[in-house]
Amino acid sequence: MQPQTLYDKLWSSHVVSEDADGTALLYIDRHLVHEVTSPQAFEGLKLAGRRPWRIDSVVATADHNTPTRDWDQGIRDPISRTQVETLDANIREYGAKAYFPFLDARQGIVHVIGPEQGATLPGMTVVCGDSHTSTHGAFAALAFGIGTSEVEHVLATQTLNMKKAKSMLVRVDGSLRAGVTAKDVVLAVIGRIGTAGGTGCAIEFAGSVIRGLSMEGRMTLCNMAIEAGARAGMVAADDTTIEYVRGRNFAPKGDHWDRAVAYWRTLKSDEGATFDKTVVLNGGDIAPQVTWGTSPEMVGSVEGNVPDPARIEDPVKRASLERALHYMGLQPNTPITEIRIDKVFIGSCTNSRIEDLRAAATVVKGRQVAAGVKLAMVVPGSGLVKRQAESEGLDRVFRDAGFEWREPGCSMCLAMNDDRLEPGERCASTSNRNFEGRQGAGGRTHLVSPAMAAAAAIAGRFVDVRKIL
Amino acid sequence: MEKFTVLDGLVAPLDRPNVDTDAIIPKQFLKSIKRSGFGPNLFDEWRYLDHGEPGMDNSKRPLNPNFVLNQPKYRGAQILLARENFGCGSSREHAPWALTDFGFRAIVAPSYADIFFNNSFKNGLLPVIMPAAVVDRLFLEAEATPGFRLTIDLPRQVVVIPGGQEFRFEVDAFRKHNMVEGLDEIGLTLKQSDAIRAFEDRHRAAQPWLFV
Ligand code: SF4
Repeated sequence: MQPQTLYDKLWSSHVVSEDADGTALLYIDRHLVHEVTSPQAFEGLKLAGRRPWRIDSVVATADHNTPTRDWDQGIRDPISRTQVETLDANIREYGAKAYFPFLDARQGIVHVIGPEQGATLPGMTVVCGDSHTSTHGAFAALAFGIGTSEVEHVLATQTLNMKKAKSMLVRVDGSLRAGVTAKDVVLAVIGRIGTAGGTGCAIEFAGSVIRGLSMEGRMTLCNMAIEAGARAGMVAADDTTIEYVRGRNFAPKGDHWDRAVAYWRTLKSDEGATFDKTVVLNGGDIAPQVTWGTSPEMVGSVEGNVPDPARIEDPVKRASLERALHYMGLQPNTPITEIRIDKVFIGSCTNSRIEDLRAAATVVKGRQVAAGVKLAMVVPGSGLVKRQAESEGLDRVFRDAGFEWREPGCSMCLAMNDDRLEPGERCASTSNRNFEGRQGAGGRTHLVSPAMAAAAAIAGRFVDVRKIL
Repeated sequence: MEKFTVLDGLVAPLDRPNVDTDAIIPKQFLKSIKRSGFGPNLFDEWRYLDHGEPGMDNSKRPLNPNFVLNQPKYRGAQILLARENFGCGSSREHAPWALTDFGFRAIVAPSYADIFFNNSFKNGLLPVIMPAAVVDRLFLEAEATPGFRLTIDLPRQVVVIPGGQEFRFEVDAFRKHNMVEGLDEIGLTLKQSDAIRAFEDRHRAAQPWLFV
C-alpha cells in the first residue's frame, strides 16, 4: 500500500460515503459545544423537529461569556446571562456526555477541558463551533472549527459534508534554545508562511523540536495552526501523547485501553509519505517572538525592530503595514524592547494550561509587576488548572508580584465579558489574535509566550526573557 | 435557504486585505441567541465613530463618513468587492449572517479563509474567487464608475462586467447544486441515514472505546 500521511489515515477512517466530485460525508466522533455558537443550532434543530443523532458525542461548557471574578454574583450582563442560560436549557432538554456549566469546578475553556477530561482522544474527529478547535489535533486527532450551520448539521446527522484538504508538513528540526517555547515556534512559523500560508491545508507538525514538546506545547502549536490559515493542525501520537491521556476521566479503561494504545501507535505519517507542501525551520534559529502589528503574521524576534513601510515595494502590503502601525501607535524602526505596555494577560486556549502558568511563575517569582503596568492578570484555562496551580503555590507567586488571579474562561482573549482593553491601551498577551479591537475596541495587542508576558509585566516593556531567566 | 441563481447587483469596494470576522461583526454582538438582526452592526467599529453595544439605537449613532458602506453611492449594494484572505479569524457564522442581513448576496475576492468560505455557502452568500489581477481591475472600475454593477451567474459560473466581458469562476459542484436549488443540507444528509448507521457499526467494532 502507498505510504499514508497521518491526515490521510484520520480522513479515510471517517469517510461514510464519497461523491464523484470528491465531497465526502465525514463521521464526527466528538462534538464540543459552547454558549456562543450553539443557540441558533439548537433552535434550528428544534424548528425542524429533529433530534440529535448521538448526544453522547457532545461535551459542553460555558466559557466565552462568563465573568472571571465575583462568581458569587453570577453573570451580571443580562444578554450574556441569557446566552449561558440558553445553553443550560438546551443541554437539559437534549442531554450531553458531559456538561461543565458556569460555576462547576471543572468548567473552563472548551479547548482546555476537552483534553483535560480525556474527551479528546487520538484518532478522533473533533469539531466545535470555534476556530481554535485545531488545538485538539495535538492528540493525532483530526480537529477543526465549524460554523453554526455545521454545528446543527453535526447535531442532526453526526457528519459533515466536506472535501479533503491539501496536506502540509511543517518540520522543525534541531532543538530550541532555553527560554524559547512552543508559542515562539508557532509564531515563527506564521511569520514565515503568513496568515494565509496554510489556507486549504491540514498541517502536520513534525521534527525533533515537536517530538520534544509536552502535550501542552503541542496544543499551543496546533491551536495557532488556524492563524496560519490552516483547516487543521496535528501532531503524530507517541509516548508523550499516550502518557498524557492515561487515567483521564473519559480515557478508555481496561481491555479497551490496551486496544486503543495499539491503534494509537499507528497514528503517524508512514515513512515516505508525501505532502503537497513542506516547510522546514531550524529550532535553534528561533528567538522569542513578539507581534508588532494587527495580524499574527506581523511578528518578529524580540531582538528586532518594528519594520519600516518605506522599505516595502508592494503598495497593498505597504498600505496594510502603515495602517497596522498607525493602529498600534508604533513608529517604524523602534526596537521591540522599547515598547512599553499597559496591561498583561496570561490566559486563553493557547497558553493557560499548567505548564504555561509554571513558565510564567518561574519568571515572576520574587519580582514585582512594574509600576507603569495598570493591570496584570492570570486567567487559568479551567477550574482544574486553577486548583492544580494553587496546590503548587503559583497563585501566591503571581499575587505577591501584583498579578490578579482570576476564575477560568476565555476572558480578555476576546473580551466578551468585562475583561478588556480600553482604547489605546497596549497589552502583552499570551492569546492568539492581535486583530484590531480583538481585546477591546481600540486596544493594542502584542502576542507573546507566557514567559515573555511575565517578563514584560516585570519590566513594563518587552524584554528578552532569556536575559532574565 | 434562499436560492441563488443570477444576481445583478451594485458593487461596494472594501479595499483591505485580511478582513477578519471580528471586524465584520465585533464580539459584543455575538451574545445574541438569534440568527438575524446583525446587519446594523456589520463592520461596526469601522462604520460608526462611537463604540457599539447590543441594544443601542443604531440610527442615532454617529457614522464614519469615510467608511465605504456609508457613502450614499453604495447604498443598496449587494456585491462586496474585497481583497485576499477575506473572513479570516474566528469561525463565527454571525459574519455571513451580518453580511446577508445588511443586504449582500455575493462577495468577489481573490481568496477567503476556509471556515468563512464554508459558512457563506450555508447562508446563501456566494463567495466568488477571482484572480488577483481581475480583482485589481474591478477595484479600479468600481471606484471610477458611479453605480458600477456586476452580474453573477452561478449556474453558468461567470461574472459579467458592464460591456459584457465574462470571467469564469470555479465552484464545488455539491455547493453549487445546494445553492442553486436552495436545498436543506441536513435533510439531504439524512437521506444517507442508513449509510451513517452502517459506518457507525463498523467504527464501533474497530474502536469500541469511542462509544462508551
Ligand atoms: S480562549 Fe480565546 S481563542 Fe480560545 S476559545 Fe476562548 S475566545 Fe476562542
